[in-house]
Parts: sequence; structure tokens; C-alpha cells
Amino acid sequence: MTIERKPILTLQNIRKSFGQTEVLHGIDLEVYPGEVVALLGENGAGKSTTSNIIAGGFHQSSGDMTWLGESYSPNSPGEAINSGLVLIHQELRLLEHLSIAENVFIGRWPSKAGLIRRKEMEARAQAQIERLGLNIPVSSLVCGLSTANQQLVEIAKALALDAKLLILDEPTAALGGAETELLFEQIERLKADGVGIIYISHRLEEIRKVADRLVVMRDGHTVEKFDSGDVPIRTIVESMVGRDLNQMFPAIPAPKEELCIEVKNLSSPNATFHDINFSVKKGEIFGIAGLIGAGRTEMVRAITGADPIATGQVLLNGKDITPKTPTSSIENGVVLVPEDRKLQGLVLDHSIEDNIAYANLSTISKFGFISPSRIKDYAKSGIARFGVKGTGGQNAGEMSGGNQQKVILAKWLAKAPKVVVLDEPTRGIDVGARSSIYEIIVELASKGVAVIVVSSDLEEVLGISNRIMVMAEGKMTGILDRQNANDVSVMELATAFG
Amino acid sequence: MLRSRFGALFSLSGSTGPLVGLLLLCVFLSFSTESFFSIRNFVNILDQITVLGILAVGMTFVILIGGIDLSVGSVLALCGMVMGFLAKELGWPMEAAIFTALIAAGLAGLVSGILIAFFKVPAFIATLAMMSAARGLANMVSDGHQIISFPIWFNLMAVIRYGGVITITVAIMFAVFAISWAYLKFTSGGRSLYAIGGNAEVARLAGIKVKLHTVGVYVFAAVLSGIAGVLLGARLDSVQPQAGVSYELDAIAAVVIGGTSLSGGTGSLAGTIIGVLIIGVLRNGLNLLGVSPFMQQVVIGLVIALAVSIEALKKK
Repeated sequence: MTIERKPILTLQNIRKSFGQTEVLHGIDLEVYPGEVVALLGENGAGKSTTSNIIAGGFHQSSGDMTWLGESYSPNSPGEAINSGLVLIHQELRLLEHLSIAENVFIGRWPSKAGLIRRKEMEARAQAQIERLGLNIPVSSLVCGLSTANQQLVEIAKALALDAKLLILDEPTAALGGAETELLFEQIERLKADGVGIIYISHRLEEIRKVADRLVVMRDGHTVEKFDSGDVPIRTIVESMVGRDLNQMFPAIPAPKEELCIEVKNLSSPNATFHDINFSVKKGEIFGIAGLIGAGRTEMVRAITGADPIATGQVLLNGKDITPKTPTSSIENGVVLVPEDRKLQGLVLDHSIEDNIAYANLSTISKFGFISPSRIKDYAKSGIARFGVKGTGGQNAGEMSGGNQQKVILAKWLAKAPKVVVLDEPTRGIDVGARSSIYEIIVELASKGVAVIVVSSDLEEVLGISNRIMVMAEGKMTGILDRQNANDVSVMELATAFG
Repeated sequence: MLRSRFGALFSLSGSTGPLVGLLLLCVFLSFSTESFFSIRNFVNILDQITVLGILAVGMTFVILIGGIDLSVGSVLALCGMVMGFLAKELGWPMEAAIFTALIAAGLAGLVSGILIAFFKVPAFIATLAMMSAARGLANMVSDGHQIISFPIWFNLMAVIRYGGVITITVAIMFAVFAISWAYLKFTSGGRSLYAIGGNAEVARLAGIKVKLHTVGVYVFAAVLSGIAGVLLGARLDSVQPQAGVSYELDAIAAVVIGGTSLSGGTGSLAGTIIGVLIIGVLRNGLNLLGVSPFMQQVVIGLVIALAVSIEALKKK
């Protein structure tokens, strides 16, 4: 490029301390108009602190920022928004029961003498929505929209504020493949309009498609910058983790000969999965791969009694144990570590001890009676065994994702289960903390437990499984042995529709 | 947040604030009135809080699992009327009449519980419906009239003070406190209620029988309302269909002042007992100070607002 470009935003030596601890140690960052800068790093690397400083959520402890060539130091998110910098949060913050137009202009509705000028509002909102290539009447309610379109409404909201810099925090976390493509098209349009974008995501495959430059953060430092988005994923991850990836997956033990759990002709009442057949041996790690919406979660929830089964059987050691409730499944030694830790795995504002106890009340109690000290002792062994960082009395909600997952594992594994089903066991967990989860999985298998792992992370399924079943649109499209499985063979089966 | 062993034993975490408030209130009233600080007055207070105390225990269980029960006042009246009808109109022995009336109360709770757990009716609506229906039934029993004069021993339960201190009605309240406290604290059933209130889906996936526990809690709250209705009948030596109107709100107030969160999952019975005592002592003290009943309502409103604001601020 011959024209000399000036950055719209610069950060120079930004430091931030919370109390005594410094979490950012001198961050440097520039964003140019019309480019996408991907900000990468593990959880806790300092990405969200940095974006909050830019968007006025926190104030830096030292260091300077400039915005459009002038010194910039917002005191509140409102000030940042007025200057044209908008942070779009991971969780959408839309009012579902208001119209698109009302959401776009929330709090700033065009009005005259206190009355909202609905026509003007809708016309201006329509213009922003169309700029994003959406063809939906802005008078319709937000709750009827797909997640992707809701994401676009959030962006339209920012554009209506005349934003010149958008910070997108995990914008595709809730989106499927086609929806992600749609979002990327709109990002291209915004770039053409000269909007600068800071893009935060854990999905490294998509970074290569969308980003012009990469900035990798680790432990509050910017550790590496790449002037192209097209960097091998392995290189990025190694830069994020700061070590060689080959140590990530432990050696996988060979399964025993005896069958443990068998699933026969299993179908759901609402056709989310259909005619599923497989069996898992003792000590085997059985991966289940597929795209989002392939019915994997629904299927494993049905096996563990969390969701209803229409037809088919689940056998354990040859005995029919087809569950009706989670309780009956747990009594047979089949347990589920669910997909969503915060909504299904833990009571966040209860202590670690209590959370571990909840799945083991009948074991801990004598004739229905339980003493608090017994709960404490019971939890202590689980906390020690899985290396949970924290004390038993601490609230589960105060811990990192990796530690929360360990608490959930401790809660189930105390029962010495025969089959453990893990649904997305490392989603949202640091690359660093992942390997300890993998070690727990391997340890279980080596003790003869049948482990079923559902994962959308291809590298993970390939790295941890003895065999991999692939599902597409509710049907099983194939089972691959470890030797025959690679990313291409799995993806072929995962997209084998119809 | 580490709790001391002492605090953990009595589950006062979250209710230390109300306890301090209660003690300050007692100190203030001891100095500002002549008659407050006496055994005679304390015994009076215990008599006065018997009904509220028992209702508040049931309400604590309901609120702990994230529910609400608006029907306790009506169920109290229904139970009293059924007892009166069986004893006076049908001439049943008093014991049989009480027992059957408590079963009637339990049935009311069973209906609410089934509506909530199995038909997914919001607890507010299900118990609002029961509040109306039970009140109507209570009126239908005697066509709206009160029923009076029971066997002499029945009234004496609320009158004779054993050891000069404790009546049978107060003793029943203490027994309800003790059993319920131990249940919540020391049984797997009690711990399950905390899990359900904290996150019902987590509890279900952990193998806890959420629906069964939910129904059980509403039945328990209704039976306690029935017991409160019987004891109120003993104190007044009469039962009337208009008894217990708006008692559900007093019970909710006591639970909330005691630090139990309306969203469920946190709180304790010890806190509720303190909440009941605060309301009881406040009413008693304001009477002794000669404050008008209307002003008393204003003061109690202020105390509820104050207690909950302080808790909310402490959490921040």
C-alpha cells in the first residue's frame, strides 16, 4: 500500500493494576481504519481488560491512548461511545420484547417534546440494518430473530452511534457455520467503510478468514504480532500457550476387551437424533464429533436420562438400563458432565463443598442425616485429587472455568462411575488447564471406565479418542478408528447430509 | 468467604446483621420502656409470635427452593374451620378433628405443589389461586360464621404456663423450629432443597428428585399453616373463616428480614427465627411505647426495606 495510513487508535505502554496485582504489563496496540485486528490469548491473558480500557469500562493505571490523533482517556463507556468506540459483548444485550428499531436507538430514541418519532426512528434504523445486508422490517421484535441476526442488530446499534471502532468479543460463540459466514460478509462491508475492528475469539480457524493482523497476548503482555491473518493455527496456539503443543495430549491407553455400554436404535421424540447404534468397551475413550446442531448433546443427554428417549435401548454389561430420569442413570453408574457448566453443572453461588456433595448426598448421609463436617471431609479428597485451586468454602462462581470443570469432575468421579459422558469438557477453558482435564480422562480410562467425549474441537477429539463416531443432522454417519481418523475424514462425515 | 465454625454451626452467615439489629432493638426498648425487660413480657412476645413463627418456617422452606406461597393465611383459616366443623357440628372427638383438619391443609398444599411441579404453573399463580379457593372453602364450611367454644383443655393449651413460662402452643412452635432447623442443616433432604433453589437443573442432573421435593415442600408449608390455624383456634377458643388474612405477607417479611433470598438457594431457618423475633419485638415494643397501630405498620415497612437494602449493599 502506497498511501501512508495513520492509526485511528493507539495504545502505548498501557498498564493496569487491580489493588496490588498488575494484570497488564505495558500493552502496545494500533488499529488502522478498515482493518480487523485479532486479539488472541488464553483466558486471563488480559484481552478483556484491554478492551474494557479502550471502551471506557476501566481506567488504565499508566500509559497513553490516542484516538483519531488526539489524546484519549474515557471515563465511562458512555464517553467512549460518544467518541465512536463501541464494545459489543459476548452475551448479547438486547431487549427481546422490543422492536429492532427500538433496540438500535435504545436510550437515544429520536424524539420531539418527549414523544418518540417512530417513523424517523424506523427509517434511520432500517438504513443501518440494510447497510449490514439484512432485509428484515425493523418494526419486528428481536425475540423472533436468529442469534446471528441479533448479533447484527447489536452491530447496527453501534453503527447508529456512528462508531468508527468496534470491539467484537467472541461474536461467533453462539453462531453456526452459515451464520458465521454471514457475519464475516458484514465485517467486510464495514472494513470497506473504514471502520476499524478489534476481534476477540477463541475460534482460531475463523481468525485466519477474518483477520488482517494478529496480536497475541499472554499473561498481560503482548507477546507476538503477525502482519497477516494467515498464520498456521499451531503457530498461534504455541505462541498463546508459550510452549510446544506436542505435550498437550497424553498417551491414550488401549481399551479392554469387554463391552461396557451399548446403545441400540436410539431415537429422540422430536427427531433431534435418530437410530443411533454404538458400543463402548471398558477403558475406551469414545469421541463424538459433528457440527453444532448435529444432535450430539441431545443424544448423550438422553443416554444419561437428562432428556427423554422415544425408542431404543441402553445396555450396561448386557443389562437393559434405558433411563427415564437422571437419578436412575446415576444409580446405574452412568454420569453426565454437561455442556454448560454454569447453567447445568454447578450452583454458582454455593460453595465448592456443597456442589460436590449435591451429587453424593446419599453416600455422605447416614439414615438421611448429614453433618457439615462430613461434607467438608468428603469434598476435601475430591479437591485434592483433581488439583482444584481453591478452598472448599469458596463459591463455585468465583473460580476459573478450568477449576469449575474440575469441581464437576470431582462431584461425579467420587461415585466411581462405570460410564462417564463429558459434553464439551474443555469449552471456554484455557489451553493450559485443558491438559489436566485430558489427564483425568486418560486416568479414568486406564481404570476401566468407559469414557464418552462429545467435542466440537477437532484437534481434541482426534487427540483423545480411541474411536470417533461422527454425527450429522441427527444421524450417525460413521465410526472411525484412531488410525483412520484425521480432520479431513471427520469433516467429510460431519457434512455428509441427506 | 470463609465462615467461622461457630457461624457455620448456627448458619448465621447472612443473618448476623438482623441479629445485631434485634439485640439493638431489645437494648433500646429495655431503656425506653419500663415493662419491656421482664420475663412476663418476653413470655408475652413468645405467645404473640407463635402463629407467625410457624407460618414463617414453612415459608422459609418454600422460598429456599425459589418458590413463594401466598396461600398460607387461607389454608390456616380452612384448617381451623374444618376442625371446628368436625368437632362442633359433627361432634367428633377433638383429637380426630385436629388430625383430619391437618390432612385437609396438607391436601391444599398437595394441589399447589402438583400444579407447580408437574403442570409448571408459576408458584405465585398456583398459590394465589389456592389462596382464593381455600378462603372460599373456609367460608363455605360454616356459611361464613365463626364456630366457638371447644373442650376446655384445648383453650388451656394456650393458657397454662408450665414452669410459669411456657405454654403448650409455644412449646409446639419451639419443636417446629428445632425439627425444621435440624432437617435443613443435617439431612440430605434439607441439603437437596438448597441445591434445588440454587439451580433446579443442576440439582436434577445431579440425581436429586426435584419434583418430589417441590411437592413435599408445599405440603409441609400447608400442614404448618394448618398447625398455626389450630393453635390460633386454641388461643381464641374459636375459629373464624376470616382468620389469617394477609398473614402470608407477614411470613414473607419475616423470612426476608432474616436474610433468605427471594431468588432461592440461600438463607437459613436461624435467620427466619430472628426475623420473626424482630417483627414480634417491634410490635410489642411499639405497643409499650404507645405508638399507634397505623404508625406501627409504617415502621415495620421501614424495617423490611432497611434489612433488605443492607443485605444487598453488603453483597456488593
